[in-house]
Amino acid sequence: MIKDGKFGKYGGIFVPELLIPALEELESAFLKYKDHSGFNKELNYYLQEFAGRPTPLYFASNLSKKLGCKIYLKREDLLHTGAHKINNTLGQGLLAKYMGKRRLIAETGAGQHGIATAAVGAMLKMPVDVYMGTEDIERQKLNVFRMEISGARVIPVDTGSKTLKDAINQAMRDWISNIKDTHYLIGSTVGPHPYPTMVKHFQSIIGEETKQQILEKEGKLPDAIMACVGGGSNSIGIFSAFIEDNVELIGVEGGGTGLSTDEHGATLCRGTNGILHGSLSRVLQDKDGQIKEAHSVSAGLDYPGVGPEHSHLKEIGRAQYVAITDPEALRGFQLLSKYEGIMPALESAHAIAYMEKYAKKPENKGKTIIVNLSGRGDKDMFLAAKLLGVET
Amino acid sequence: MKTYHEMFTDLKEKKEAALMPFIVIGDPDFETSLEIAKTLIKNGADALEIGFPFSDPIADGATIQEADTRALKNGITVDKCFKFLIRLRKFTSAPIGLLVYYNLIYQRGVKKFYEDAMKAGVNSILIADLPPEEAEEALKASQEYGIDQIFIIAPTTSNKRLKMISKHASGFHYLVSVMGVTGARKEVKRSTLTFIKRVKENGKLPVMVGFGISKPSHIKEIIRAGADGAIVGSAIIDIIAKNLDNREKILEEIAKFTKRMKKATRRL
Ligand SMILES: Cc1ncc(COP(=O)(O)O)c(C=O)c1O
Repeated sequence: MIKDGKFGKYGGIFVPELLIPALEELESAFLKYKDHSGFNKELNYYLQEFAGRPTPLYFASNLSKKLGCKIYLKREDLLHTGAHKINNTLGQGLLAKYMGKRRLIAETGAGQHGIATAAVGAMLKMPVDVYMGTEDIERQKLNVFRMEISGARVIPVDTGSKTLKDAINQAMRDWISNIKDTHYLIGSTVGPHPYPTMVKHFQSIIGEETKQQILEKEGKLPDAIMACVGGGSNSIGIFSAFIEDNVELIGVEGGGTGLSTDEHGATLCRGTNGILHGSLSRVLQDKDGQIKEAHSVSAGLDYPGVGPEHSHLKEIGRAQYVAITDPEALRGFQLLSKYEGIMPALESAHAIAYMEKYAKKPENKGKTIIVNLSGRGDKDMFLAAKLLGVET
Repeated sequence: MKTYHEMFTDLKEKKEAALMPFIVIGDPDFETSLEIAKTLIKNGADALEIGFPFSDPIADGATIQEADTRALKNGITVDKCFKFLIRLRKFTSAPIGLLVYYNLIYQRGVKKFYEDAMKAGVNSILIADLPPEEAEEALKASQEYGIDQIFIIAPTTSNKRLKMISKHASGFHYLVSVMGVTGARKEVKRSTLTFIKRVKENGKLPVMVGFGISKPSHIKEIIRAGADGAIVGSAIIDIIAKNLDNREKILEEIAKFTKRMKKATRRL
């Protein structure tokens, strides 16, 4: 490896020396197995039989009629454990097994990635330790239980901002101390090389399926594709098949209380270049380079960094990034539930909310739009009820 | 201002190894941390490793993380860190090394950071999250401003890689004695001792051992294995953390501890 894994100037391996051999080992295993027929056969088996792939590309007829566009939903919300995260978790979990690793560690914010890792760990019979900020544990008690019942150990992280960013720090420290037998299963396209490339690889199945499905249904490519962006994995997963095509790619970030405030997670809209968790990308930071806390109603978008490839796609103008505020996202949550009978995860609700804005613009009338529905809303029901003033 | 080379040569004559304590600027507060630095020098430290606090120190264990958090809560900025160094340099000619995470350097501008470091009388910079693969810009600046670039060598660093690192490194080799993050540990592992020998044979610079060194007996062991000195961080910061409400006691305890550790650097 060495000097590889750059997207334009972004990415890289900004890590302590102790991690270098582990990253080299991981890169060479990834390169060896990504096109290995035995590995892929096994992975595809689990993707189908365990996770439930392929997922439908659903024509949202009611919303299409209401908004005057053709709106399709890529139904990653139907996957086992409730989100696209399982695509990557199965890929990396299996890779770890092929590498002879005996233990998985992961970080989690809301718990979605932690749950997916716990499930895969149980299935592959590998012990799982999940790092989770104490703030998030408090917010997501039920998810802690879900991880623990699958046999994972949830390790509270009480340092720094006590959220996802600090959970990643702590997982990296664990990995530094245990690189021989442990695989660090990162949940998004963040971290040092090879993670952004590897996670994209395991998520690119979303885009491949989507492309085939839309061609079958419409006989042509869509005009626009939208996905929410936390670390950037579901978005890069669906974008990846369309990068070379004439298709608008739009990433939707967590706008929190608004981009004019300090309380948001809009790293691409408002961040500046910096180094966090092993790669150069956009980050939310102060003028010295101290990393700021992100804020979003959805824990999955509550991260002050973003995958380096998105910073590159933004810089070269290939993708566009926008933000949706907390109240707007909540409206998106209600909109999809009411019109289509599908409750989106609050993360995905950001993409839905932006889709509505986009479709309402006169110049976009009649366009074919695909929204990546990255996850389902079950995990957010208590929060949504609370925000809508409903007692539970 | 003494160079590392001069320091190691002097110590060799005195039949001693180097003691290089580590502290974080602004822990527990700006003025006290400056007093701590002076106390370390007065009680036998041969050089100082000075950390700039960072919000996300992934190479550090709980002790130093908490020191960083205390310092940042106290409003320590990078500008203030340079003010600290300028004041410290007035007090001592001992080598001063910095321990910084790369984002702080990147935001200031790599060149500007090294220039400011040079003006503040800094001898070396170690960037915790910058392996040689990504260090082109930093290396250029280090040469331009005459600052030694220190790289970490880990037990997992192969001899081939060690040679590559040797090509870029100056000042000394920083050996991480354990696979892990910073933090005081109970004992020195046998594997550390063979590791020191390996680096002495394959490297080109004096060898300083850090991560986990917390007792005089640790220093004796690593020196016997051939190390040229020890870097002691968490053990000192533990003293600060235990006595946060008693500044006098922090200085007293650190003075006592430094004397004991320095004594252990005498070669028999
Ligand atoms: C349902 C869902 N969507 C999106 C995200 C954001 O992550 P990414 O940007 O990597 O897709 C998460 C993260 O937890 C999630 O759970």
